[in-house]
Amino acid sequence: MQHVPDITVPAIDVEKIRKDFPLLQEKVYGLPLVYLDNAATTQKPQIVLDTLMHYYIHLNSNVHRGVHHLSQEATAAYENSRKTIASFLNARKPEEIIFTKGTTDSINLVAYSFGRGEIKPGDVVLVSAMEHHSNIVPWQMMCEDRGAELKVIPMDENGELIMSAFTELLTDKVKIIAVTYVSNSLGTVNPVRDIIAQAHARNIPVLLDAAQAVQHMPVDVQELDVDFLVFSGHKIYGPTGTGVLYGKEEWLDRLPPYQGGGDMIKTVTFAKTIYNVLPYKFEAGTPDISGAIALEAAIKYVQQIGVENIQAWEEQLVEYAAQQLQQIEGLRFIGNAKHRSGAISFLVDDIHPYDLGELLDKQGIAIRTGHHCAEPVMGFFCIPGTVRASFAMYTTFEDIDRLVAGIKKAAAMLR
Amino acid sequence: MTIKEKQDELISDFSFMENWMDKYEHIIQLGKELPLIDEKYKTPDHLIKGCQSQVWLHTDMQDGKLIFTADSDAVITKGLVSLMITVFSGHTPKEIAESEIYFIDAIGLSSHLSPTRSNGLLSMLKQVKLYAIAYEAKSQSQKNGKEL
Ligand SMILES: Cc1ncc(COP(=O)(O)O)c(C=O)c1O
Repeated sequence: MQHVPDITVPAIDVEKIRKDFPLLQEKVYGLPLVYLDNAATTQKPQIVLDTLMHYYIHLNSNVHRGVHHLSQEATAAYENSRKTIASFLNARKPEEIIFTKGTTDSINLVAYSFGRGEIKPGDVVLVSAMEHHSNIVPWQMMCEDRGAELKVIPMDENGELIMSAFTELLTDKVKIIAVTYVSNSLGTVNPVRDIIAQAHARNIPVLLDAAQAVQHMPVDVQELDVDFLVFSGHKIYGPTGTGVLYGKEEWLDRLPPYQGGGDMIKTVTFAKTIYNVLPYKFEAGTPDISGAIALEAAIKYVQQIGVENIQAWEEQLVEYAAQQLQQIEGLRFIGNAKHRSGAISFLVDDIHPYDLGELLDKQGIAIRTGHHCAEPVMGFFCIPGTVRASFAMYTTFEDIDRLVAGIKKAAAMLR
Repeated sequence: MTIKEKQDELISDFSFMENWMDKYEHIIQLGKELPLIDEKYKTPDHLIKGCQSQVWLHTDMQDGKLIFTADSDAVITKGLVSLMITVFSGHTPKEIAESEIYFIDAIGLSSHLSPTRSNGLLSMLKQVKLYAIAYEAKSQSQKNGKEL
């Protein structure tokens, strides 16, 4: 085993953190689990599990509807979660936080409502070449509906956006720009401040897909001055089926609602429905109440550890992983951005990623293989997929050592 | 050897291997012995659908028996194709069409392979059987044609 570097983040007690995550104590094939598929989803700390249980045992009731005690308690807990998330993102108001099912759901909401309210035939929507399918397809569908055009900000061989090309794409036809903050397939951190500044100079709003950002670095929506920002609860240690859309109040007020139903209305007659105020206008139907409350527990857990501390710890992990992986014969990185976070994608010689993934799995190492829901990225690099290792606050240097040893063993078998 | 005897032999070979890394080692070795498909058959209509990695499969009739050749871009997949071909190659379409295939479960491949792989294996099995049924139907209709 390689030696562990001396520089560590004193504020992160990773062994203590790992004890909070029951699943990390599991074994697979009789081996201690090395979980390096955190970009797909993270494991959950005990407090999140306890919060889910506590809700169903002590609080379960529908929100915003009943006068009875439980309904008020449940509503208060649900709305407290909104406040916690607002403060986590530094939103101006809790009303700017909309609960959704996840990143995908949040983007579909904005694409639909923005399309219906703002897009005319001939308008242009900009996405980037490294988007997840969920930040491509909803815009494609909307553009098809509205007779608009989807254009793509290109990237280079390192997996970095070509900013001069972005500037050239900015015309008066562009009505919204949707880009990922951090690429899930390449780990690239995009120059979002520059993108937002250039867009705003032309009064174009920007949506940031922060699915791979909020769990890895501090995100302040006011400082970014971003118009919409979305993420998934399950990638930041919270439950599946939860997600967030942050939108500037003036935008959320201006856009028409997405789904219709209970909760999103003020009055309904068969002749006309008056929609509810923010945030309820965008939350039709009974929401995932337990999920929203448990998401708050996850975010408080992250805040307690400190996002800055997590970032400092993970930066070391990424650097160490890159340095160790580089020493494997025949290994090449897919995506070599100067500024990256959370994930490293690679291939070894011409070994098929599925073969490598399968042999790593049998050694108790969980990584992701395939196109990572970013087929255009794989198309750009002319590869069927990559092997991706992605990190979390509980990842250790030993995990990376086992990954490296596992790859060496698998590669020797596959060559 | 009959299809059944070949399966039993494979099952016995694998039963001596203690862990899955050893079994994979064996599968990869078998992949290296795979009778390779002629490059000219590496066309989309020889691709098996349902496999995550690419698999090409071709069959020829020799002396009334089907001979399979194949290839894949993934090494483990190649080994699995090789297993399949070992079992089926050299048998008549009728034998193949009527055979009962149990080695996949008996070796534990269906439960230990990743789902995409075991689905791929099942698609492969289906394709082999389809080839056999098609040949069988063709030879039946030729026979009937002569008698008329
Ligand atoms: C950058 C990015 N965007 C969007 C998504 C979609 O997230 P979800 O499936 O939780 O809606 C993911 C998840 O893989 C992602 O990494």
